[in-house]
Amino acid sequence: MNIKKPSLFSEITGLIQREVVLEWRQKHVFGGIFLYLVSTIFICYLAFRGIMSLEVWNALFWIIMAFSSLNLVLKSFQDETTGRKLYLYTLVSPTSVIISKTVINAFVMIVLGVVGFLFFNLFMGNIASANLAYWLILIAGVFGFSSILTVVSAIASQTKNNFTLMTILGFPLILPLLLLVIRSASSTLQGSGLSAISGDLLFIALLIMISLTLSHILFPYLWKD
Amino acid sequence: MNQYRNTFFKILTIALLLYVLLGGLLFKVPELRVIEQSIRNIYFHVGMWFAMIFILFWGFINSLRYLNTFDLRYDQISYATVKTGLVFGVLGIITGMIWARFTWGAFWVNDPKLNGAAVGILVYFAYMILRSSVDDRVKKARLAAVFKVFAFVIMFVFIMILPRISGPSIHPGVDGNPALATGDLDPVMRKVFFPAILAWMLFSYWIFTLVLRSDRINERINELNARFL
Repeated sequence: MNIKKPSLFSEITGLIQREVVLEWRQKHVFGGIFLYLVSTIFICYLAFRGIMSLEVWNALFWIIMAFSSLNLVLKSFQDETTGRKLYLYTLVSPTSVIISKTVINAFVMIVLGVVGFLFFNLFMGNIASANLAYWLILIAGVFGFSSILTVVSAIASQTKNNFTLMTILGFPLILPLLLLVIRSASSTLQGSGLSAISGDLLFIALLIMISLTLSHILFPYLWKD
Repeated sequence: MNQYRNTFFKILTIALLLYVLLGGLLFKVPELRVIEQSIRNIYFHVGMWFAMIFILFWGFINSLRYLNTFDLRYDQISYATVKTGLVFGVLGIITGMIWARFTWGAFWVNDPKLNGAAVGILVYFAYMILRSSVDDRVKKARLAAVFKVFAFVIMFVFIMILPRISGPSIHPGVDGNPALATGDLDPVMRKVFFPAILAWMLFSYWIFTLVLRSDRINERINELNARFL
């Protein structure tokens, strides 16, 4: 009998469909993180009243983003039961698993980032909602967070106490990206245009490329249990 | 033969370290403002970092070898290098803090190089926590190796783009003020500095072999306990 092996692309699209369905069935998970984000913003609004400057505004937003992506991505390997994992393992290649996970995480994170950004502008003073360069950095930044954290989540999900581990393994690793986006976002707030931050965007892209390549190389080792 | 080689390398290390200690504390050093006699710390502080980087790089290579072969011996080596490297890293930070207190006025200044070092150390502590939170020996080795390779590369890029993110540094090195660049160093100091680097690297390797041996013995004891008790 000759069974045709599906191509990588169809594997990935199939897996992404599966993730979307799962995500849709568990809307409460997304809802929970969304509420987490909004309440954090509201707490900051109450706590930081009167001491807000442009730099504080910017740094605060990115720290909230970093925490939200940590919470979001943490879930991505948690609901895979052992049986389901084994089933997937026999069906598809590890590369398509990690790519589909990264894509779906990035997508959900971008949605969360955009909504969070709008809320942040609503409560903390409408500073950057019409700033095109800031939007670009926002999307690149949260994409980067989710691509780095997806690998960390794959590691942390295989251990006990995985929330603590996710934090201590993840934070030092997203720090370079965090510093980079805070810096370039801050410079756009001071009025520099797209051309001024193109170098930074290039570096962000470089970091994302490196993290994607590494996850592609390293994930197979994590996958076979 | 192997035994003699090991003895020779230990004698060499001891001789070099004695020379560095005596020379470092007694030889004449150029008289400079602010830094004064604390300049002698260069033989120890910089040596610690060289030792740490040397031993951690060895660990990185062994993590790669582990992923290639799944031979647990390489994982054991890689774990021992982290334990050793962390000791040298912490010593490097302490010697640096003391030096900073007397030349820059505070134990910690907000400087890209210092922060980079701190984050690097944090990653390796996280590695230790990761290992201790997995019980299965093989799984532990696999997760640890994957995390180490991932973190090592990201951190390497981080250190490279750090100056770009943070602007100028008051810590000597690459950009700006005088540093390791060999031309900057007084000829008398060079006579101690280069042996010091070599001595600390050899010393770190020596300590690493001891840590590795003690790990192996402990593992053996556990095996025997499991079998007979």
